[in-house]
Amino acid sequence: MYEGAIQDLIDELGRLPGVGPKSAQRIAFHVLSADPADVNRLATALRKVKDLVRFCTTCFNVAESEQCRVCRDPRRTNEVLCVVEEPKDVVAIERTGEFRGRYHVLGGAINPLEGIGPDNLKIRELLFRVGTGEVKELILATDPNTEGEATATYLALLIKPMGLTVTRLASGLPVGGDLEYADEITLGRAFEGRRAV
Amino acid sequence: MPAGYRRQLYRDDAVVLRVQKLGESDRIVTLLTRRHGRLRAVARGVRRTSSRFGARLEPFGHIDLQLAGSPEGLGSSLHSVSQVEAVTLYGKSFLTDYPRYTAASAICETAERLTPVEREPALRLFQLTLGALKALSAGEHAGSLVLDAYLLRAMAFAGWAPAITECAVCGTAGQHAAFSVPAGGSVCPDCRPPGSAHPSPDTLGLMSALTSGDWAVADASAPSVRRECSGLVAAHLQWHMERALRSLPLVDRRELNL
Ligand SMILES: [Zn+2]
Ligand SMILES: [Zn+2]
Repeated sequence: MYEGAIQDLIDELGRLPGVGPKSAQRIAFHVLSADPADVNRLATALRKVKDLVRFCTTCFNVAESEQCRVCRDPRRTNEVLCVVEEPKDVVAIERTGEFRGRYHVLGGAINPLEGIGPDNLKIRELLFRVGTGEVKELILATDPNTEGEATATYLALLIKPMGLTVTRLASGLPVGGDLEYADEITLGRAFEGRRAV
Repeated sequence: MPAGYRRQLYRDDAVVLRVQKLGESDRIVTLLTRRHGRLRAVARGVRRTSSRFGARLEPFGHIDLQLAGSPEGLGSSLHSVSQVEAVTLYGKSFLTDYPRYTAASAICETAERLTPVEREPALRLFQLTLGALKALSAGEHAGSLVLDAYLLRAMAFAGWAPAITECAVCGTAGQHAAFSVPAGGSVCPDCRPPGSAHPSPDTLGLMSALTSGDWAVADASAPSVRRECSGLVAAHLQWHMERALRSLPLVDRRELNL
């Protein structure tokens, strides 16, 4: 245990996700010995993120105004809507440069063990957007794990009867991996998703 | 870490009850093992797409694994997963069936809550949990019946199954019309506390069939009877739990395949 301010900083850092007590201590002492200008920039960035950043009122991505950058872009199509769990998934898909539609950020996946049900996610808002009739295809891009798949299944069950095309991202073999090392589920999925060559 | 302590490798098979993210690419998995009871272990690097272990350490799977740590729990309280092979990944069959996914979640949360002490062998509960996930994935019976059968039998292991064929208070044999969760199940007219429920005789019949594994009776039960039975089982379970189960209110009782 240290005294006063340095221990306060260690405690606060230790509450961050993925930061253990040892890392918290290392970061705290790094801050202590860093250039004051660098520390000020960090402090400003921390304050600004809480003051300026909010959630887009349309898609629930992070935004610095009423709507996020994607929702404001007039060149993108409203006909394709891509459903993701978190804002960081929007960033990952944007990096591919493959997608020109809009997003809907659920804010997580359905996980009964953690007490997260459909009502805890932005699903009602999704139904409202889909209900306007402008969306022709819904792409379910939730994580390829049990919670993400179950969430996609739940949404498909709910939205397919509304008459639009619902698709799921193909989940193939990781590039650079050997077939024999692929796990059973990924390999099975790769077979299901095979296409003509 | 005590002086002279060495991490041992040991093998066991287990059901994956819960998976939580840790840091950038690791996971903490809660396992119900056959020989070492419930334990938590860290799996390093499994969230990287290059990891073969990731899919095997998803919830609801039956896996064969090698753990590093002390089976007696010396040293670090977290064991680590060093090898894992799939026996049967039941989670796979719940991916396309949302109601069964919610039922499987309730089964796993119950198993976790009924094993409050880590590394205390719970062989019967392990077998019951494995059997329930297998039945749920086989799809021969309605998912909510499989769940209720599991809950009734798990409560029996814990020593607080509801009384069905005798009065919970005085033990008088026979099917009684009243049911009281605080009193412990069926109650005779003499012992019946105020506010007791009066379930239909078929509902108590279903509870009894689920407890004894009489699937012919259970499968033939009417939807209204199943609903009433689920309600009583859930109320009984929640009454005995210190904290309410999070997953139980989220169980989707619709049937997709049946
Ligand atoms: Zn937006
Ligand atoms: Zn009595």
